Amino acid sequence: MTQMDIALASPALPAKRESMLRLFAQQFITSKLAVLGLILLVLFLCLAIFAPWIAPQNPFDIGKLNIMDSKLPPGSVSSSSAMTYWLGSDGQARDVFSAILYGLRISLIVGFVSVSAAFVIGTMVGLISAYFGGRIGALLMRIVDIQLSFPAILVALVLLSVLGKGVDKVIIALVAVQWAYFARAARGAAIVERNKEYVQAARCMSLSWQRILWRHIFPNCIPPLMVIATIDLAHAIALEATLSFLGVGVPVTEPSLGMLISNGFEFMMSGAYWIAFFPGIALALVVVAINLVGDHLRDILNPRNEI
Amino acid sequence: MSALVFAALYMIGDPVSMLASPEATDAERELIRQSLGLDLPLWHQYLIFLNKVFVHLDFGNSFLTGEPAIGLILDRMPATLELATSAMLMAVLIGVPLGIYAGLKPENLGARSVMTGSVLGFSLPNFWVGLMLIMVFAVFLHWLPAGGRGPVETFGPIRLSVFSWEGWRSLILPVTTIAVAKCALIIRVARAATRECLPLDYIKFARARGLSEARVLGVHLLKNILIPIVTIAGLEYGQVFAFAVVTETVFSWPGIGKLLIDSIITLDRPVVVAYLMLTVVFLSLLNLLVDIVYTILDPRVQSKAGA
Repeated sequence: MTQMDIALASPALPAKRESMLRLFAQQFITSKLAVLGLILLVLFLCLAIFAPWIAPQNPFDIGKLNIMDSKLPPGSVSSSSAMTYWLGSDGQARDVFSAILYGLRISLIVGFVSVSAAFVIGTMVGLISAYFGGRIGALLMRIVDIQLSFPAILVALVLLSVLGKGVDKVIIALVAVQWAYFARAARGAAIVERNKEYVQAARCMSLSWQRILWRHIFPNCIPPLMVIATIDLAHAIALEATLSFLGVGVPVTEPSLGMLISNGFEFMMSGAYWIAFFPGIALALVVVAINLVGDHLRDILNPRNEI
Repeated sequence: MSALVFAALYMIGDPVSMLASPEATDAERELIRQSLGLDLPLWHQYLIFLNKVFVHLDFGNSFLTGEPAIGLILDRMPATLELATSAMLMAVLIGVPLGIYAGLKPENLGARSVMTGSVLGFSLPNFWVGLMLIMVFAVFLHWLPAGGRGPVETFGPIRLSVFSWEGWRSLILPVTTIAVAKCALIIRVARAATRECLPLDYIKFARARGLSEARVLGVHLLKNILIPIVTIAGLEYGQVFAFAVVTETVFSWPGIGKLLIDSIITLDRPVVVAYLMLTVVFLSLLNLLVDIVYTILDPRVQSKAGA
């Protein structure tokens, strides 16, 4: 049976997959901007993962902070002349650069976790509703339509006002906002695949519906879902930053980039721009890098080339 | 829908603890609770709420100020409408020409930079754009005010700030903040529509008749790409209402978005419920309006409906 499976789901052949990957890589490097985005993204991932080793200071260790060093402009040397605040220090004498590294961690974790969860839930709903159609499918898609008719930020705001603050709660709110996009994309792709010959062949062999859905239809729906996942990752990070900025996102004890910007905002009017500016630049670079990659992926993977 | 919002919001927190002074005795707290009707069971509160909404159009009074919630919202509506309308106008007026340009010569360097710019435009979070604008134009250059609404002129019950120089100045930054994101979207729509329409016969025919390029583009092409643009602009106008939450908070613009955030933070439930209900009604009306505009712009839609 497994032999048959592999034979039917043609892209799963090892040799062919390798050449497809190479083809994909060749197409990907045609856009210099997308490559730049990917490099930036990898760089930021490394910075976030190795933050404890790179950061000159642990911003959560209150004992190490010297209140004399608060609100120093970029490039100043600390009062104990042990370190230099390359990007300045904030109102609590935290090194802005270190705070950014740790903030990056929280922002990226929230982004990746929420998008992965939304991917799994949304794809399941979309595939099942496409495969079975009928009333269940129509009902599920109605729910998706209703949700997508509300602006994402509004749904997240209301959810968070119910759930309260916290990293886990922000993730729940982001998943609740984003699963619908995956559901719609998965359904769209699966409806096209459902009537193709390889699915009919698999049905003729009376494979179970779970098997047909996951082993045969799902692999062929991955390209459009990957595009959505990339763009949604940027969206999730930006949305989390916005929610934290509005004061309903992550708590002060776990500052993401959005929270750092929010903290710095009050100092901006008095001229201490660096406290909000540098986290802002970091956030913008992350979001734009991911979007450049996503934009190019869409050009490669979506032959229809939509807006 | 209303039941969901109502139940969810009424289960969180205890507004009495926000309202009563810390020294209040238990008896005093109980009195406040009774006067607000919070001592009744949840279903009873909901029935009272429904009865008031449908019979008297009364969404209850704000817990905080005691004024009717709907009055509070309607009072702040003009500020948000002014902001949203100016922003959409700006986005369309800039976005459509740029989109057509990018669609005409897609390989051109200028067109490519427009497209890259549009990726930046919609990937950067709204509050970030606002912050940067404040930093440059208000903190460093002191050209424009960083927040507030400036003096307002009164026209009966409606107060607008577009009629004074100071009002204009305080409008520019928040309007630009919203317009940047919306403009990016409209550029993409206009470009896609232009590329679709250009190879069609009527454009070729118009050119063959020797009409000037300005007339071909400004009349023949523009008429035909208006449908997708109107759709997106209409739907986005509704989204701007929600996006205004963020922009209004950054610029302390006294509109309904700021009211929503303040009410969520102070647990002022009647105001939040009334806001959400009004937003749903508003978005539905907007969708209807877009459909009506279709039939005016494209006679084919009407004849199809009649047939």
